[in-house]
Amino acid sequence: MHAIYEIISGPMVWLAFGIFILGSLYRLFSMGRLALKKDAVVFSYMSIYYALRSIVHWIVPFASVNMRKHPVMTLVAFVFHICLFVVPIFLFAHIIMIHEAWQINWVYIPNLAADVMTLAVIGACIFFFCRRLILPEVRYLTTYSDFLILAGVAAPFITGFWSFHQYPGHVAAGILHILSGEIILVMIPFTRLSHMLFFPFTRGYAGSEFGGVRNAKDW
Amino acid sequence: MKAPAEKSFEEKKKIHDKGIEEGAAQLTQEKVHQVVQQMLSAEGGARLKAYIETCSHCGLCSEACHYYLSNDNNPIYSPAGKVKQTIGEIVKKKGKVSVDFIKEACEISFTECNLCRRCVMYCPFGIDVAYMMLFMRRICHKLGVVPQYIQDTAHSHSATLNQMWVKEDEWIDTLQWQEEEAQDEFPDLRIPIEKEGADIFYSVIGPEPKFRAQLIYQMAVIMYASGADWTMPATPGWDNSDMCMYTGDVEMVARLKKVHFETAMRLKNKRIVMGECGHAFRSVHDVGNRFLGWKMAPLPVVHAIEFYYELLRDRKIRIKNKLSQPVTFHDPCNIVRGRGLHEMGRYVINETCKTFIEMHPNREHNFCCAAGGGVINCGPPFRNKRVTGNRVKADQLAEAKKKGAEIVIAPCHNCHGGLEDIIKHYELGMELKFLGDILYEVMEK
Repeated sequence: MHAIYEIISGPMVWLAFGIFILGSLYRLFSMGRLALKKDAVVFSYMSIYYALRSIVHWIVPFASVNMRKHPVMTLVAFVFHICLFVVPIFLFAHIIMIHEAWQINWVYIPNLAADVMTLAVIGACIFFFCRRLILPEVRYLTTYSDFLILAGVAAPFITGFWSFHQYPGHVAAGILHILSGEIILVMIPFTRLSHMLFFPFTRGYAGSEFGGVRNAKDW
Repeated sequence: MKAPAEKSFEEKKKIHDKGIEEGAAQLTQEKVHQVVQQMLSAEGGARLKAYIETCSHCGLCSEACHYYLSNDNNPIYSPAGKVKQTIGEIVKKKGKVSVDFIKEACEISFTECNLCRRCVMYCPFGIDVAYMMLFMRRICHKLGVVPQYIQDTAHSHSATLNQMWVKEDEWIDTLQWQEEEAQDEFPDLRIPIEKEGADIFYSVIGPEPKFRAQLIYQMAVIMYASGADWTMPATPGWDNSDMCMYTGDVEMVARLKKVHFETAMRLKNKRIVMGECGHAFRSVHDVGNRFLGWKMAPLPVVHAIEFYYELLRDRKIRIKNKLSQPVTFHDPCNIVRGRGLHEMGRYVINETCKTFIEMHPNREHNFCCAAGGGVINCGPPFRNKRVTGNRVKADQLAEAKKKGAEIVIAPCHNCHGGLEDIIKHYELGMELKFLGDILYEVMEK
C-alpha cells in the first residue's frame, strides 16, 4: 500500500500535471495551427470585443434565453462548474500539502463549505446521469464515453469525501482519490472535457460573427 | 436509444428524389471513402474538429430547432441529433461510410436543416451546426448526390449566371416591359439600364423577372417617387441569388459573387441595394465575399429593409394613408440573425401601418419559415416534410391572428414560399405581403 502511495503521490502527480499542461498547450497550439492553415477566416472575423461580449453572456447565470428556459439545468450546471474548480484549488488539505512542499499557500475555504460543495458536485453528476437516461433528446446523443467522463469527474470527489471523513476503507479511498484526480487531469485535453480549453474560442467566434458581421445578439 | 431513428428512417424511405437516387447509383463504396477522406483532409479544419470534439451531448440545442419542436420533440431532429447522423458519424468513422449512409445524410442535411443558425444562440459553446450541415452538403456535392430540384437551379447558375434560366434578352425585355407598364401611371418613370456612376446598383433574384415582375415595377415606383439615382445592369450579374451556396458548390459561389460585384464596379455604382431576399443577402454580405478572399463586400450592400428605412427616415417617401389592416412581422433569419435589421423592419412597419402585432418569439429568436437554406428549392418531393416540420410556425402565426393580425409581412422571397405553404396547409387564412407591397400601397406616388 505504501509503495503504491509513494508512486501515485509522487512521480505520477508530476506526470499527470505534465500531461495536462503540455497536452492542453499542444491541443490549443495544434488547433490554432490547423485553423491558420484551413480556417484563416476565423482569424479575420475574430473580434475581442464581440468574443468577450458573447462569453460574458454565457458565463453569467441566466443571461441567455436558453438558460432561462432551463432554470434547473442552468442552476445545476453553474453550481457544478464553480464547485468543480473551487474545491480542488481552495481545499485546506490540498493547500497544506503544497505548503509543506514549497512553503507557499493561499486562501482556503472552510471544511464545511468544501463538504457542501463536494456533495454539490456529486449531486450534479447524479443529475447529469439521470438527465442522460431520462430525457430522450439527451439519451439519443449519449455515448458510453459520456458516462465514462461523468464517472471520471465524480470519482475524485466521491473518494475525496470518503477519505476526508475517514469512512471505513479510507486508506484505499485516499489512494483512489489521488489516482482518479490524476486520471481526470490527463483526460481533460484528450476527451470532450477539452470543452474547457475550446469554450472561449468556439463561443468567442460565434460571438464575433454574430456581432461583427451580422450585427446581432447570440444569446 | 435507436428506436426513433429507425422509425423515422422507415418514413423517410417513402421520399424518392431522382437527384439523390441516381447520384448514389453511380457511387461505389470505394469512391465514397476516397472522396469523403479527401474532403476531410483538404477542408475539414479546426472549426469542424473543435465543434465535433467540444459538443458535450447536452441536448440544449434541441428546442432551438423548429423541426424538433414540430416533430413532437423527436430527438433525431435536434441540431446535435442531425450532426450525429451525418458529419459526426463521418468524422467518427474517418470517412468509412456506405452509399446508403450518404443518401440518408444528404436528405437530412439538405431537407431537415434550414441553416437558420438559431441553434448557435442556444448552444452554450456557440457550435455552428449550419456550418457542419453545409460541410455535409459539400461532401454530397462532391459525390454528385444532391436533390434534383436544387441541383437544377445550381446548373442554371453555372450556365446563365442566374437562378432561373433567364436569358439575357429576356432580362432586358422584362425590365423594359415593367418600365412601359409603370409609364401608364407615371409617364416619365424610367428603369435606367447600365447607368454608369449611378448611386444605386439595384439587384434582384432570378425569380423576380421570372415570376414576380411586379416587384420590379413596385421598386421602380419607389425609386421614382424618392428621386433615387439608380440603375440595373443589362448583363449577367443582375441576379444576386445563390443556390450554389446551399448545394456546397463553393467554386460557383465565388464565380457568381465575382460577376455580381464586378458588374456593380464596372458601372461605378456607389452601393448595391438588394430586393427583399434573405438568402441572396447572406450570399452577398456574409458568404460569397469569403470565397473570394474578401473579409467584407467590396462596396456597401444594402438590403431593401434598410433602404426603405432610409427613405422613410429622411422623408424621401411620404405616406398618404397608413394601412388599416392589422399586420404581423416575420423576422427572416438571413437578415435578422444575419444582419440585425429587425428594428429597421419595425420602424418601416410603424411608419406604414396603423396596427402592428408582434409574433412570439421574435427578432433574433424568431422561428425560421422552414423554406430557407435551400430547403424549398429541393422541390415538391420534400414539401410535406417541410410544412409538417414547421408546425410551430403555424402556431406562432395562429397566435398572432388571434390577436387580430390579418396580414403577415415577410421581407424575404424564401420566407414567402415557406409561409404561403404553411398558411395554406394549416388553413390560417392570413394574407402574405412583402414590405415593398405595403410601402407601395400607402406611399404618396
